[in-house]
Amino acid sequence: MAEHVLSTRSLTKRFPGVLALDRVDFGVRAGEVHALIGENGAGKSTLIKVLTGVYAPDGGEVLRDGGPATFGTPLAAQQAGISTIYQEVNLVPLMSVARNLFLGREPRGRFGLIDFDRMHRESERILSEYGVRTDVRRPLGELGVGAQQMVALARAVWVDAKVVVMDEPTSSLEPREVETLFGVIRRLRDRGVAVVYVSHRLDELYAVCDAVTVLRDGRTVHTGPLQGLERLRLVSMMLGREIGEVRAEGTTKFGGDHEAASAEPVLRVDGLSVQHQLHDVSFAVRPGEVVGLGGLLGSGRTETAKSVAGALAPSAGRVTVAGARVRTGSPGAAIRAGISLLPEDRKTEGIVPGLSVRENIALAVLPRLSRAGLVSEARIDSLVGTFMERLRIKASSPHQKAGELSGGNQQKVLLARWLAAEPRVLLLDEPTRGIDVGAKAEVQKLVDELAADGLGVLLISSDLEELIEGSDRVVVLRDGAVVGELTGDEVTEDRLMEAIAAAAEEEPHLADAAPGDVRKAAAHD
Amino acid sequence: MTDTAAARTAPDRAAVHAWLQAYGVYVGVAVLLLFNIAFTDHFLSAENFRTQAVQVAPILIVALGMALAIGSEGIDLSVGSVMALSTSLVALYLGYGPWIALLAAVLGGVAVGMVNGSLIAFVGVQPIVATLALMVGGRGLALVLLPQLKDVRDPGMRALGSGDVLGVPYPVLIAVALVAVVAFTVRRTTFGRQLLAIGDSRPAARLAGLPVRRVLVYVYIASGALAAVAGFLATARLQASDPTSLGTLMELSAITAVVVGGTPLSGGRVRIGGTVAGAVLIQLLTATLVKHDLPPSWTQMAQAVVIVAAVYAARERGKR
Repeated sequence: MAEHVLSTRSLTKRFPGVLALDRVDFGVRAGEVHALIGENGAGKSTLIKVLTGVYAPDGGEVLRDGGPATFGTPLAAQQAGISTIYQEVNLVPLMSVARNLFLGREPRGRFGLIDFDRMHRESERILSEYGVRTDVRRPLGELGVGAQQMVALARAVWVDAKVVVMDEPTSSLEPREVETLFGVIRRLRDRGVAVVYVSHRLDELYAVCDAVTVLRDGRTVHTGPLQGLERLRLVSMMLGREIGEVRAEGTTKFGGDHEAASAEPVLRVDGLSVQHQLHDVSFAVRPGEVVGLGGLLGSGRTETAKSVAGALAPSAGRVTVAGARVRTGSPGAAIRAGISLLPEDRKTEGIVPGLSVRENIALAVLPRLSRAGLVSEARIDSLVGTFMERLRIKASSPHQKAGELSGGNQQKVLLARWLAAEPRVLLLDEPTRGIDVGAKAEVQKLVDELAADGLGVLLISSDLEELIEGSDRVVVLRDGAVVGELTGDEVTEDRLMEAIAAAAEEEPHLADAAPGDVRKAAAHD
Repeated sequence: MTDTAAARTAPDRAAVHAWLQAYGVYVGVAVLLLFNIAFTDHFLSAENFRTQAVQVAPILIVALGMALAIGSEGIDLSVGSVMALSTSLVALYLGYGPWIALLAAVLGGVAVGMVNGSLIAFVGVQPIVATLALMVGGRGLALVLLPQLKDVRDPGMRALGSGDVLGVPYPVLIAVALVAVVAFTVRRTTFGRQLLAIGDSRPAARLAGLPVRRVLVYVYIASGALAAVAGFLATARLQASDPTSLGTLMELSAITAVVVGGTPLSGGRVRIGGTVAGAVLIQLLTATLVKHDLPPSWTQMAQAVVIVAAVYAARERGKR
């Protein structure tokens, strides 16, 4: 076996009150795609940050080609050939695509000026290899997230990286973009680049990774080849639970179908349109029913949820809750009408990081817990106590800052905030994205319970299994319009993919949008 | 465990910086007090404390409003000009008695605050730009209303400026009362909680259905009204109305007091106790240098050092 290109020996990292990494041994070889997995809080992010020079370790060391090489700064790590692609793309959104790609290594022409022509030509050539066909003169920020990620990846490879670290690169990609990404990863591997791949999606690991390291509670619990390792065994190692237990409970926590009463719809959406984004979207959700919104990234799922919740002002259309019309374009009005939205972007649109868990939970219902503008601490305490217990929110105390919690617990805090608002309709946009397996199961179970209690639920999920098992019906969107609906026995992964694919073939995607460019390019492969 | 000591240093450093950001200002005040008690003649006298307290009152009152603006992830550069507008209005309306004059001044501050707040909340202008416009325009308006310095001879005003209750001057009493009101507002009211949430994460606050625009307008109205009260008290103490110079550079003193007091410029937190100590620190620093016969330019340089120290502590804290 070849030497490790990048490895750690007995790596230890502490944060106040937490031992984030406890003598972790980890190593990746040239030409290997190495999966790094574990629940949230297992130490994956910390390990990556130590590997890439963001954090200094408190003990142990990082080795590059077997020699000690603990990096003091991210720049030092980059210079040692380690490139990182974070979940959130960290390029310069206002600069052009080409400039981002060549940042710090611009081709120079006469008088040492940037040779823009060459830079643009080169950029187009390089990006086309990644399935990105776009005007490279446009600001990067105008591209879709998927295309931005490809640019980040192209840059990482272009700067001649020996090790590429990817932190959940597919979390905002659609299936075809994922295929393109995998193609790029395989090519990197064949060229002898070592890839560290972090993901929550097991399918992806088996599709693209050669080896795996499982972390739990800051320790290495397993490291070795991925082939031959049973999927359930992997899950059980991540969770620290026995295989039988996992098998018995299945991989999602959804129960059976809900007896979707023939009752009147609690939420009715009629002809909802948003300039350039949604076209005449109509559907209804009955009490006790979970309705899934299916479709690819950019199909208008999030926009639909946001405009129903008042976060996006529609240009036309009507939203009614239990027959009463809701004023659109105002989150406050929607909340008062009984509509709550768990937003897709938990970190920027959900959690208020500097406020405590307690304040976060009470945020949307402050007026109700106040008298004459004065907050009642006792009422907040009792509300917060109830929800922290019911949702099993793990925090050192209600006064811990919400920004310090793990993703799963942040999501539970947000759910608590919305449940406290006593909604009649709950809109869940990617409720389990980026949270660990344990919390995911709890959230899924909760959705079932809420529906059983008579809430109307609208579920958006890129995780097909979750969408299919969780929903009683699935409304399929494409390019901002409803293109189909699956009910009863039709609610299967195959039928959903057929619905999306059939729709896509009927009328080729012509919009000038970056994700579309990627899709088209991927289709040529 | 041999690596325990090494492992502890990093979090400890962060903890030290956090502590410094929150409480460093109190240490600074204590050090200056001890220094003056030891080396400054006649420092420990009731008369001196009285003078210091009366001088700090307007800075403190303005800083309270600034703390709210900064806590909402904004800033209010117009406070000095609001003081000028306030002094002009006082001179114009004093004929109806000091209370009417005060009312006119506060309404002037509220009006400026409404314009600031509306530009920021409804038009979407950045706080620094919106309040810069009012900073320039506000003083202009003050000078239109009262083109030159005017003596303010009114027994009621003089009593407010220099009278006292049990030895505590009125301006100090008013400042203390306003500190209590603002602290209570921040901690115990719905408005206060919403303000902090908006300052910390505006998109999250909006999606949580908070009345973001209304809260922002109220913040700038409060800041304007507080600056107007400060202008009124300064006029009463000087017994003159001078819209040309009153309140110049006050916005910088107020921002210094707030930042040195541990309120982060990134919003989401308001430290009232720290702001009080920050205002006192600036006042003591000025007094110390003046009493030791150093030129006023030294005061500005000393302030600069204090600001850099405060921002440094905040920076280290933000890094973790």
